[in-house]
Amino acid sequence: MSKKFTKDHEWISLDGEIATVGITDYAQAQLGDVVFVEVPEAGRQVSKGDDAAVVESVKAASEVYAPVSGEVVEGNGALEGNPALVNEDADESGWFFKMKLADAGELDGLMDEAAYAAYVKELD
Amino acid sequence: MTQKMSEKKTFTGNRGLQLEEALIFEIGSYDNCGVDLEDVPPVESRLGACAAQGDIDLPGLSEPEAMRHFVRLSQKNHAIDAGLYPLGSCTMKHNPRLNEKMARLPGFSDIHPLQPQATVQGALELMDELAHWLKTLTGMPEVALSPKAGAHGELCGMMAIRAAIEAKGELATRTRVLVPESAHGTNPATAALLGFKVDGIPADPSGRVDLAAFKEKLGDDVAAIMLTNPNTCGLFERDIIEIADALHEAGGYFYCDGANFNAIVGRVRPGDLGVDAMHINLHKTFSTPHGGGGPGSGPTVLSERLAPFAPLPYVEKGADGLRLVENNGDAAHQPFGRMVAFHGQMGMYVRALSYMMSHGADGLRQVAEDAVLNANYILASLKDVMSAPFEGPCMHEALFDDSWMKDTDIDTLDFAKAMIDEGYHPMTMYFPLVVHGAMLIEPTETESKAALDLFIATMRDLVRGAKEGETDRFKNAPELAPRRRLDETLAARSPVLRWQSPEAKQAAE
Repeated sequence: MSKKFTKDHEWISLDGEIATVGITDYAQAQLGDVVFVEVPEAGRQVSKGDDAAVVESVKAASEVYAPVSGEVVEGNGALEGNPALVNEDADESGWFFKMKLADAGELDGLMDEAAYAAYVKELD
Repeated sequence: MTQKMSEKKTFTGNRGLQLEEALIFEIGSYDNCGVDLEDVPPVESRLGACAAQGDIDLPGLSEPEAMRHFVRLSQKNHAIDAGLYPLGSCTMKHNPRLNEKMARLPGFSDIHPLQPQATVQGALELMDELAHWLKTLTGMPEVALSPKAGAHGELCGMMAIRAAIEAKGELATRTRVLVPESAHGTNPATAALLGFKVDGIPADPSGRVDLAAFKEKLGDDVAAIMLTNPNTCGLFERDIIEIADALHEAGGYFYCDGANFNAIVGRVRPGDLGVDAMHINLHKTFSTPHGGGGPGSGPTVLSERLAPFAPLPYVEKGADGLRLVENNGDAAHQPFGRMVAFHGQMGMYVRALSYMMSHGADGLRQVAEDAVLNANYILASLKDVMSAPFEGPCMHEALFDDSWMKDTDIDTLDFAKAMIDEGYHPMTMYFPLVVHGAMLIEPTETESKAALDLFIATMRDLVRGAKEGETDRFKNAPELAPRRRLDETLAARSPVLRWQSPEAKQAAE
């Protein structure tokens, strides 16, 4: 499936039952050099909009919110030792966590790529 | 062509009389000592397994070497005693020398917390007098003097709120704390530490709490709101009384972050606004030194509803004079516990009371008025060339964003670094988070008009340079500081927190 986006600049991509969540390239550029990332542990239940992860850059610390409800099945351990991955490859290997969705229907409320691009353009 | 001063290399690495200085471990040696000590007579060691296993490599220096080492390091620092220090939300103001003189009186400086209380009646009287001033200035009936800094005072206030909720049997149901998005980061951290769930309140376009959004979030699960007034955008929260009333009606408590009390002291009493708890940073509002210089102190005033839960110890008048009450549990007092081993920061109490009594009530009012006037002078003098995100007038700090930099090649960080070359400590950057590329300037009442005019002229010249494409002046900055631009990213990603000798470093590789 193609990616969906939130207004808080998370992306989510569903593959079968499991969705991968990360922050957008726009978000990493706004944050600047990422220096620390805390990802959720497997088994944690999150509701849509809950704080799920923390990302800290030289400028600020921010929360990464769960785009939809569900159960975390894996956090990206690679980010702990190498937070720069978020800057280098936010869309792919810099993903934050994978989750099992409670209700795939929640994805319908999110933006598609074109809508997100238009949303970002408006912010600038 | 003459070489630019900043690029000139010297044999010593010194820059004029600005001397380069190595770490003490690199210049000291184990054999050196500043004093002559007689040889230790041989004794039978009774340390057993606790005996040192080897040398601990303490660096030894002669007295003049030690003196120069620390003087040279201090010369690399910036301080309010050296120049303008416009760090927004940190309130770097002049610390009057009178405060220092008072704090060094032997009756305050040479006493010990474990002395019999009959021998420290003067110190207890000073604490009682300070409490009286703090309660009068805030219009609140109780104060806990002991918290040792702003965030500690926040914790004290929120623990009192938690105790009050517990006494009502509502701890299981009142679980949510409302915190505006522009709050100091310590607010949500304090709420989370006490087990509350933090719920953000958005700001309205004027930079203040969105009243409608706040009311929507109210409910019988709301324990408290944590609101800063004036807020971190330097704006007075005009709806504060309506916020307090709605919150109280819903059964919640009002924590006010008092970090910016210096903007309203003598003019507004938080007790009149419906505040239940507020910490006061003596080290900001009442000029006791801080910022790496000295301990903070965060006394917390409490409303009638929270007064019974004030922590131990507190000063009480008795038949035999004043006493510090260390244990209590009667009907009027249900202290939630204690936050410090003894009584708090005595030295800060003396300095703060000295500041209060030397200014008087009218002088404190003028402190707030001049701080606000100075900030508005800066805002008015720069807003035609820099961009201000919110409509003025402001309170004690002027806030700018980076939208004016859009067509330049620089960002907020570059601008701040160029200020260092001009001899100014940068303002607070990238905070509050709700404003893009924020620059938060707090001049305080300390600065004269002449000092402000020079600062404003400097800022205008930097803005002109940025807009006219003098990019090197920013991207290369600082050029004249003891160190050039540091790699903050590498420092944060791979911090080296302990010094290692070259040999140990080599062995590790």
